[in-house]
Amino acid sequence: MPTRIIGHVKRVNGPVITVTDITDAEMLELVRVGEEHLVGEVQKLNETEATVQVYEDATGLCPGENVYGSGSPLSVELGPGMIGSIYDGIQRPLEKLEEASGTFISRGLTFDGIDHTKKWHFIPTIKAGDTVNAGSIIGTVQESETIVHKVMISPTASEGVVISIVNEGEYTVVDDIAEISQNKSTDLKVQMLQKWSIRIPRPVKDRMNFHAPLVTGLRVIDTLFPLAKGGTVAIPGGFGTGKTMTQHAIAQWCDADIIVYIGCGERGNEMTDVLREFPQLIDPRNGKSLMERTILIANTSNMPVSAREASIYTGITMAEYYRDMGYAVAVMADSTSRWAEALRELSGRMEEMPAEEGFPAYLATRIAEFYERAGLMKTLCGAEGSVSVIGAVSPPGGDFSEPVTMHTKRFVRCFWGLDKSLASARHFPAISWTDSYSEYLLDVKGWWSKKSDDTWFQNRKEIMELLQKEGRLQQIVKLVGPDALPDSQNFILEVCNLFKNAFLQQNAFDKIDRYCTVEKQVKMLSVVLTYWHRGNEAINKGVPLVKLKRLKVVQEISRIKFTISNEDIDQIDKLELRLEKAISSLGGIYED
Amino acid sequence: MKTKNADRRLLAGREYLGASKIDGPLVFMKNTHPVGYGELVEIIAPDGSRRSGQVLETSDEIVCVQVFEGTTGLNLPGTGAHFMGEPLKLSVSEGMLGRVMNGLGKSRDGSPLPQGEFERDVNGEPINPTARVYPQNFIQTGISVIDGMTTLIQGQKLPIFSGNGMEHNELAAQIAKQAKVINNDSDFAIVFVAMGVKYDVARFFINSFEESGVIGNVALFLSLADDPSIERTITPRTALTLAEYLAFDKGKQVLVIMTDMTNYCESLREISTLRGEIPSRKGYPGYLYSSLAELYERSGKIKGSEGSITQLPILSMPNDDISHPIPDLTGYITEGQIVFDRSMHSRGLYPPINPLPSLSRLMKDGIGEGMTRKDHPHLSNQLFASYSHVQEVRNLASVIGEEELTSIDKQYIKFGNFFENNFISQGSDENRSIEGTLDLGWKALGYLPSEELQRLTEEEIDEYWTEADD
Ligand SMILES: Nc1ncnc2c1ncn2[C@@H]1O[C@H](COP(=O)(O)OP(=O)(O)OP(=O)(O)O)[C@@H](O)[C@H]1O
Ligand SMILES: [Mg+2]
Repeated sequence: MPTRIIGHVKRVNGPVITVTDITDAEMLELVRVGEEHLVGEVQKLNETEATVQVYEDATGLCPGENVYGSGSPLSVELGPGMIGSIYDGIQRPLEKLEEASGTFISRGLTFDGIDHTKKWHFIPTIKAGDTVNAGSIIGTVQESETIVHKVMISPTASEGVVISIVNEGEYTVVDDIAEISQNKSTDLKVQMLQKWSIRIPRPVKDRMNFHAPLVTGLRVIDTLFPLAKGGTVAIPGGFGTGKTMTQHAIAQWCDADIIVYIGCGERGNEMTDVLREFPQLIDPRNGKSLMERTILIANTSNMPVSAREASIYTGITMAEYYRDMGYAVAVMADSTSRWAEALRELSGRMEEMPAEEGFPAYLATRIAEFYERAGLMKTLCGAEGSVSVIGAVSPPGGDFSEPVTMHTKRFVRCFWGLDKSLASARHFPAISWTDSYSEYLLDVKGWWSKKSDDTWFQNRKEIMELLQKEGRLQQIVKLVGPDALPDSQNFILEVCNLFKNAFLQQNAFDKIDRYCTVEKQVKMLSVVLTYWHRGNEAINKGVPLVKLKRLKVVQEISRIKFTISNEDIDQIDKLELRLEKAISSLGGIYED
Repeated sequence: MKTKNADRRLLAGREYLGASKIDGPLVFMKNTHPVGYGELVEIIAPDGSRRSGQVLETSDEIVCVQVFEGTTGLNLPGTGAHFMGEPLKLSVSEGMLGRVMNGLGKSRDGSPLPQGEFERDVNGEPINPTARVYPQNFIQTGISVIDGMTTLIQGQKLPIFSGNGMEHNELAAQIAKQAKVINNDSDFAIVFVAMGVKYDVARFFINSFEESGVIGNVALFLSLADDPSIERTITPRTALTLAEYLAFDKGKQVLVIMTDMTNYCESLREISTLRGEIPSRKGYPGYLYSSLAELYERSGKIKGSEGSITQLPILSMPNDDISHPIPDLTGYITEGQIVFDRSMHSRGLYPPINPLPSLSRLMKDGIGEGMTRKDHPHLSNQLFASYSHVQEVRNLASVIGEEELTSIDKQYIKFGNFFENNFISQGSDENRSIEGTLDLGWKALGYLPSEELQRLTEEEIDEYWTEADD
């Protein structure tokens, strides 16, 4: 517990405290406020006064109480032990808090982010005499059933020679495991534990070009609006349109190695749901529980607002740390709007000049800085690692022209816009095929070509064009009814309707449908396009639309998602053959 | 820490006379001892009467106090203050059931309240997500559109988005009367919270509770239209403090009805404007979301307790506008919403609930085999999809005329009419079983050809669906 007094409380306005008699406080220094030692951070320094943001409820805090400095910025502890944990916005383990204060979270509790006493089985991968550098991997620890933790030298260390390294064995994160001579007066002692300031990005060697998608198992995303590994995407949508469900689904099924899920100012029960569900869900790639690759950060809406502001930095710093080992990490932030609102509230209390809708003028910069921490990187140790960021946005009134959505759009390259009317018709995921876009199509084209016999790019284009035509036709239908359209145009409506039901809609609660492999996606799209091509030919030959519509096999197509599992996709080929046969056997109007 | 509290208690004895400024419900005091943020304050009016307040901001120069009972009759030199050295607390007991209290939890019915078991800070503390139990138990309300399509779960927060003049009170009273958890008859209690509503509204609920013979299990917290508006900002906190005690200490199933959340938000706006804070949308403070969340999140179930808090907040949407900040922020926090529709109301439908914008987020784990019936999940999904198509068909019909519709669209019109008049609409004392509700849903689908029912499996169609005979 720090004992250096840096000043005294002068004024308390919610989570914003004015501190006076400042001697040597530093910007962004972690401080402890008052006799209850509430966690705080220095935000501003002005002559002998400082503005401090406290991360806990300030009730009871009095003018005159001491403020203690820690001498270091607000940081997270990085090392084995994070996987499978659930933390609050400033990395306090919620399970420890529960042990200490029961059902309700009390104030002034302090815990290490990771357990300092637990022993881990460390296996060195270097030996004395080797040369190491910032970020070099010196050993491994099996952190969870699926994750091998790579123990690294601090990213700020300079080159040096290993003087000694411990043998394989059991060590805590604070035990010295190696000693390195660095041409400095003192040698560097290395522990598994690293501390890193949450507001500073961890360094990398280089940014790389994207080349693979983050496969999510959601058809509308993977096939139509793919996100690159290392890319950024925003999911904006009014309440109840499916942001959280989409994020949960991606956290469950995407092909990242590690998931950092940040519940930022959202519901308590949603985090409980994850805690209850994830340990039971099995990762289709390795047969292990999904919790074995997941870190949760829960700063729910009723928890202190300044810790909510910090939570997304805490999360992304952890993500960068695993990226540095060479892992693909996916970060979900639900919701970035609550984070922006926390900024707004704190800014207001600090009496800063507001810009749009009361948000501070630096909102755009902060959003940009956050998304910039994503990327596909050549890490310091020479591996390829990525942080993909999936940010939910909760626009007031569901109106996308508000500041947070607008600014976010400037800094992300993929956009999954949720549509209220789709959600109310229970078309889920309610990702609009007209508002959404992905700028990663060319980046992932090569990857998809291999997976789809070169068909993906072209097929995607074709179905998107059909959807656009359908949009225009629907305008006409609204005025004159579908009967006024010729069969050839009505068939476009029919095909798109089938595509929406059979392909775009995906029920997160269905055991088979909730996760769809890329291979199944390719085949499903192909069936729908076969229906379009063969059907269109038939109509041009004079086959009436009603006959096509009545085909029993078309009904079957719309249920493929429930009836044919990821393992049985050959069945789809058979269905496609039957479809072609059925259509070619249809006669013209006068034949039967 | 201990010494600090001891100091405070000593200082708490001290009385300060003379305010430096009074502005609306806010009283500013200078030259006090160091006063804690959020501390309870006893304000002594010039006539000697006592009122409660809370410290909104504190500094070494001036302390800002909001006075819950209002500042009428206060003057600068004659106003005194006691700073109590601790936050506002409620003395909770089961004896508060069957009683009427004001927004601060003081007796309103003339006789004193019994000695409480615990003193609890009314602001509460956040529930640790690891200590929660995910709510899963179906509550049968007997109202088809709720049970069938926006199922209420024990421990859920499910608000009613209504508008002026619609039957939200009737619906809330009907739910309170009929709500039952299938196969579980444990101890229940109702906490009723009135914020800025007329006495008639409170009377209506009291009558309804008396008629159904549950009034002895109801605690009423009334902060009515003619009470000081500032009191409304504390009323729900006081009430929820009791609810937490009843649910988590006493293991009761607690239903909290709060009306009208709009008045709560307006009182917050009033104070915020007075303090010159930077507003966000429509003049409401930027912290409205957090402030509402502090209330709504005080619901649910926790480990180690049988009890639960189910919240049924009622709010009137200004101008029936669901995108207004109050319903909007509420929808972002609660686990769904029940939305009233003005046009259904004008067509005489009761309850005028439009299922399409309505939602129950917790129903996914509370319905289906072993809980309601195995066809429930897909059936409700199908009803949503089909009814949403009815809206499109009706729009088209209003342009081209109903006769011009395709035959299938005409069937949709029939389905829609049956669905509204027989499934949604029901008597205000009609209590339907879940089986009855689901069967009615299938009956409505009988008006549609089975090929249209793509959200249902073929087995379900075979088992439950029969064509309507018109
Ligand atoms: N993929 C899906 N499959 C089935 N149902 C879904 C799906 N996505 C969303 N839903 C339904 O929509 C409801 C709301 O979804 P969700 O909680 O994700 O909304 P949200 O956008 O996060 O809302 P908020 O902003 O209020 O948090 C869910 O409870 C569920 O009933
Ligand atoms: Mg959500």
